[in-house]
Amino acid sequence: MRDTFVRTLVDLAKQDSNVELITGDLGFGVLKPYWETVPDQFTNAGIAEQHMTSMAAGMALTGKTVFTYSIGNFPTLRCLEQVRNDCAYHHANVKIVCVGGGFVYGSLGMSHHATEDLAIMRALPEVVVMAPGDAVEAAAATRAIANLQGTCYLRLGRGGEKTIHKELPNFTIGKALPIGEEYETAVDVTIFSTGAILDIACETVALLRQHGLKVAQYSFPTVKPLDTDTICKCAKQSRLLVSIEEHNIVGGFGSAVAEALSDMGKSPRLLRCGISDEYCIRVGNQQFLRDVYGLNAPSIVEKVLAHLA
Amino acid sequence: MNSIQLAWKIRRHGIEMTHLSGGSHIGAILSVADIIAVLYSDILLYRPQEPEWEGRDRMILCKGHAGAAIYAALAESGFFPVEELKTHYQNASRLSGHVSHHLPGVDFSTGALGHGLSAATGMAYSFKKSGRKERVYAVLGDGECNEGEVWEGALFANHFRLDNMVAIIDHNHMQAMDFCDNTLEWGDFAAKWRSFGWHAIEINGNDHAQLHAAFAEAAEVKHKPTVIIAHTIKGCGVSFMQNDLLWHYRFPHAGWEYECAVHELHKNKPTNVEDPYTPEGFPCPALPNSEEQDDSDHTTSLTWKPSYPEPMRRTGHGYIPQ
Repeated sequence: MRDTFVRTLVDLAKQDSNVELITGDLGFGVLKPYWETVPDQFTNAGIAEQHMTSMAAGMALTGKTVFTYSIGNFPTLRCLEQVRNDCAYHHANVKIVCVGGGFVYGSLGMSHHATEDLAIMRALPEVVVMAPGDAVEAAAATRAIANLQGTCYLRLGRGGEKTIHKELPNFTIGKALPIGEEYETAVDVTIFSTGAILDIACETVALLRQHGLKVAQYSFPTVKPLDTDTICKCAKQSRLLVSIEEHNIVGGFGSAVAEALSDMGKSPRLLRCGISDEYCIRVGNQQFLRDVYGLNAPSIVEKVLAHLA
Repeated sequence: MNSIQLAWKIRRHGIEMTHLSGGSHIGAILSVADIIAVLYSDILLYRPQEPEWEGRDRMILCKGHAGAAIYAALAESGFFPVEELKTHYQNASRLSGHVSHHLPGVDFSTGALGHGLSAATGMAYSFKKSGRKERVYAVLGDGECNEGEVWEGALFANHFRLDNMVAIIDHNHMQAMDFCDNTLEWGDFAAKWRSFGWHAIEINGNDHAQLHAAFAEAAEVKHKPTVIIAHTIKGCGVSFMQNDLLWHYRFPHAGWEYECAVHELHKNKPTNVEDPYTPEGFPCPALPNSEEQDDSDHTTSLTWKPSYPEPMRRTGHGYIPQ
């Protein structure tokens, strides 16, 4: 996913000399194809995310399309006020890219877990928040935000994620993507997910179907603006809705879905799956930590079955 | 309007705006008035009828709390009617206490300290990359330089040799709670900037000749960003406000405070400048009465009298010079 982003950005930068990439001194190796291809559109701002973000706003306000790049919480929480005041308030063309959403950098420890970013970025008016589910979504999202005026947040996994989609010719910001069959009639469960936990969502769906349940599935590469039309449609035809995110349970994607449902009046139960409002004190890789916090298919299936019982 | 005339207007508007609104920061507005006046009279390229003109120089007031000074300069320079200044701080006004770009002529919103210099470096860097001739000016506070981001921006501007930008520090030696040197000691402030690779010019920032000379020098500097460390007086122009931290917060109340402030400004009014509020000034202003108590003053208490100067307290505990 990370490499797909870089490849896509190289293409965009070659086509438009106003595209700029600034890194906060991270991306050794990963960004090499970019700086080798378009060296004049690449800047290392040093380990100075606050400056990087204000500076990106300044560049954007003189006509550039600026991608800021770092990992984990560094391009967002470290410089949140700069994102808010300098980028979002000015409607500046700054695209904030985080590599390592969720537990990607699992073993590196809590400092490197981006597990509140969606909630915090989503709370900023006029910021588009995207968390693609696979490399195909990531490429489409990168192109889409590059062509959108304003401040965007792009949360990426790292690499090695399973590719779910073949192609996405009609990708649109703010539209959920059906995975497999879209149902027009009643279903037992509809699974929503955002970000690179899409593969777990797919496994969950497969397991639930083995239990004889009729299950619909959607990936939400855009967390804001949220596809409320799809949520409403699914709410009307599902016995249970499930949201899955590699993120704290407070304020993120599941909360956004709950907000949409609250505007609907009558809606089915929403089972929100995420990290249950705690900091990670365990050491382990992404898969291990997902297991610890119940973010794997068997755990989610167990909860779903309990709710349906 | 020349810079001396504009500076006087900024001061007069500043007194009126804070008086009408009950707004803070008149001390900072008065200290930075000459810097802003010289910039808008003689340095910046801009078109008031075309505020978004691409070829304009960019100007960021990083110390956004002195917004009234910028509003006055913009109004007097033709960006919007001078009459609008009276709406400062008012409901439905465009003139918030800290500057916002939703006003014609403001390139960048500030108010949170430390962001402005980095934004300015982004603009200057972008102009360099695109071969554009516009220049970028950033006016910082000295207290603002406590913020780490300022020094991140300072490193970057030197590293990329941004000689198309000038930072001006309104060095009035005071910040929100005390003198700067009683808060976080600067020592040789210019030396700090020089060690970051900047061309540093130290001047009296309330002296227009020195300001003009400094900007002329900055225009000739190559391969380095320039910082003008403008030593100013907080509250400059109104004797009872000068160097008194009280006036970082207090506004000129009706009565002697307002009348004496206007009276003092009128004593130094340049020729061919009209006072739009009190054309004749106050030839016989009300005078302070030592018996007078003003309950609306939130900045004094029985134990805290912010009257300065007072001795360095930083090392005061346990150390008594013999």
